[in-house]
Amino acid sequence: MAILEVKNIKKSFGKTEVLKGISFSLNEGEVISLIGSSGSGKTTLLRCLNFLETPDSGTISVGDNVLFDGENSKALTDNEIRENRLHFGLVFQSFNLFPQYNVLDNVTLAPKLLKKGSTEEIEQNARALIDKVGLTEKIGNYPCELSGGQQQRVAIARALAMNPDILCFDEPTSALDPELTGEVLRVIKGLKESGSTMIVVTHEMEFAKNVSDKIIFMADGVIEEMGTPEQIFENPQSDKTRHFLQNSLEKI
Amino acid sequence: MSFLEVTSFLWDGFMVSLLIFAVTLLCGAPLGLPIAFCSMSRWKPLKVISKIFVWIVRGVPLMLQIFIIYYVPGLLFDFPLFSHVDRYVSINFGIADAGRILAVLIAFTINYACYFSEIYRGGIESISKGQYEAGYVLGLTKSQIFKKIILKQVIKRIVPPMSNEIITLIKDTALANCIMVCEIIKQAKELAATKALIWPLFFTGVFYLIFVGLLTIILGRVEKKLDYFKS
Ligand SMILES: Nc1ncnc2c1ncn2[C@@H]1O[C@H](COP(=O)(O)OP(=O)(O)O)[C@@H](O)[C@H]1O
Ligand SMILES: [Mg+2]
Repeated sequence: MAILEVKNIKKSFGKTEVLKGISFSLNEGEVISLIGSSGSGKTTLLRCLNFLETPDSGTISVGDNVLFDGENSKALTDNEIRENRLHFGLVFQSFNLFPQYNVLDNVTLAPKLLKKGSTEEIEQNARALIDKVGLTEKIGNYPCELSGGQQQRVAIARALAMNPDILCFDEPTSALDPELTGEVLRVIKGLKESGSTMIVVTHEMEFAKNVSDKIIFMADGVIEEMGTPEQIFENPQSDKTRHFLQNSLEKI
Repeated sequence: MSFLEVTSFLWDGFMVSLLIFAVTLLCGAPLGLPIAFCSMSRWKPLKVISKIFVWIVRGVPLMLQIFIIYYVPGLLFDFPLFSHVDRYVSINFGIADAGRILAVLIAFTINYACYFSEIYRGGIESISKGQYEAGYVLGLTKSQIFKKIILKQVIKRIVPPMSNEIITLIKDTALANCIMVCEIIKQAKELAATKALIWPLFFTGVFYLIFVGLLTIILGRVEKKLDYFKS
């Protein structure tokens, strides 16, 4: 059963239409990789899912809940938006850790403020997550004392601590030195193995091919092509997809 | 006059300087916050009004603002408020200059609140959008984000400019003598006029230097306390 159902999402900034009707669905435990050239609207799509942007029209449903319905014109209240956000997690390209908190406190801050359990439960869970991303030794360190790859792994643990239904990644390795991308991609791969449902915007084609159940190729605000990794990488139907894949191979 | 007598006479004046300093800091620093929020308001009229207000207060000499506050009630409403306060307090409580000091405190508080508000605004606006968004996607409320994530980063960023402003403030208190408030330099001038002693005027510098030295140490400690993270 689809855990996420996105139908005909449209979004414009002023006169530029950035998303021109995006529809897809995602089953529990599946991983979708979102690929496409810069400016095609990938970030905007993730931001709509996380309610950092409000779509102009379309619907977003998680399980049986319709979180957003463009037809239903009454605006969502701040509280409804906040509750909607709890279904999703988002890992940013630039980590955005809270600099004044150490690793443990970064991970426990939101669960503690939102009273997701007793302090002991929250801390125990946080320690387990920090262990999962391989940073137990750094648990008392501040973000400025960590490498980019370590910061991004903390950001992943922080997102997981709220136990989202769907975890989104916006180019999680683009801000990293090449030798640090591996550690982050391995963590994401580990999450896939433990059954997390994820949407990953990435330029790492090899990773997308290996980890995804489904690939979405976006161009100019539409889904140009969608399919299994085999379909997209071995046998792309659209010229645009072929062109994009060729270019991204040439770069390497 | 002996050295000790002069020092004690100047000390009385310095107490007035310190009073102006403390009240301005204690009232101006909190008052700067609503002004900063008004200047950042999404409601245009409020934003424009508060920006014009800040522009005027920062654009006009503080000495002129002291004159305006002190003389305007008398000139406009034919009610010299601060002279009345002066007389009333000195008759009933035997304390001189209360009205003049009050006028100075009002002028200083407004003036410094505007300077502080600009520092706050700069500090708040310098925090990246990503910090707010990281809080939003975790499901936090706006006020949780401000209190638990943004505030400390803002404080860290405003400590150095606030320190500068605070050190300027103690020296600015000398402006109060433009309406004859007996702060330390006014006291020294008094000695020059009545006892033909000029050295006390230069000696006042020592008072300022010692106090600024103390402030520098304290503010340096605060800065150091926030050194454990980079933002
Ligand atoms: N807040 C915004 N205001 C105006 N234009 C925006 C905004 N956010 C994104 N855009 C525009 O939307 C287009 C798609 O951007 P984005 O979703 O970031 O693409 P991608 O992540 O695929 O590179 C770009 O042309 C970008 O300039
Ligand atoms: Mg992007």
